Amino acid sequence: MVEQIGFGVIAAALLFSALRVVSAKNLVHAVLWLAVTLSTTAVLFVWLSAAFLAAIQILLYTGGVITLMLFGVMLTRRTEGVRIENEAAPKRSGPALVAAAALFGLLAAAVASTEDLPLEPSAPATIQQIGRSFLTEQVLAFEVLSLLLLAAMIGAIVVARRRDYESGPQARVEGEP
Amino acid sequence: MIPLSHYLLLSTALFCIGVYGVLSHRNAVGILISVELMANAVNINLVSFSRYQGSYLGQVFAVFVIALTVAEVIVGLALVILLYRSRKDVLVDAASDLKH
Repeated sequence: MVEQIGFGVIAAALLFSALRVVSAKNLVHAVLWLAVTLSTTAVLFVWLSAAFLAAIQILLYTGGVITLMLFGVMLTRRTEGVRIENEAAPKRSGPALVAAAALFGLLAAAVASTEDLPLEPSAPATIQQIGRSFLTEQVLAFEVLSLLLLAAMIGAIVVARRRDYESGPQARVEGEP
Repeated sequence: MIPLSHYLLLSTALFCIGVYGVLSHRNAVGILISVELMANAVNINLVSFSRYQGSYLGQVFAVFVIALTVAEVIVGLALVILLYRSRKDVLVDAASDLKH
């Protein structure tokens, strides 16, 4: 009984905050509600005895991604003090709702019609197993992932850098006395 | 005990909320946020399967998904900032120059 209540509270918090993320009129509020959703997900991971993943979730998502998102919002607004619009486009909101509801119906029917889903959890995975897996059987994927992160970092720097040199030497000479 | 299907339905609902956000929003940062919601729903799926099947591989894969999402956010925000610099807004409808 206690378990059902606990799961219900976590699920309700997740769904409510996720709905606020997509319905918030102010983009900063949407990012902050996303932080609530991601933190509640970390709680759900602890609930599922995945403490390592909960720590990763807090460190990378709630710490890193939310900060990045807030930077993104702050850097792409036009003027000080103006509300940062995040409203759904009126003519797209209805069809999007229909599409999302249809997808939910389809996936929920697929889940409901699957018969041999386990009812009881089995032994939880330990951090030792996860760490050993990273450095033995999944080591190739692990290294490729580090290469991908490096490429993403360099790519982001190259893409977002201000290209002053493209205006040519003429533009730079003009400013000098 | 709570059956696995409850977790699957919860993550399905979160995923569909994310799909609605991606389809309906005009602001590029708002769309990126909704993509985050969808990736998060996928992670819940992986972790709950890992718990109920007694395998650690679901959690290993969830770590990969998290790292990939972070890389995606980094590149996505760099592109959004580039878009803002050239157009002074980040509305995805407005950036349709290649169509005309």
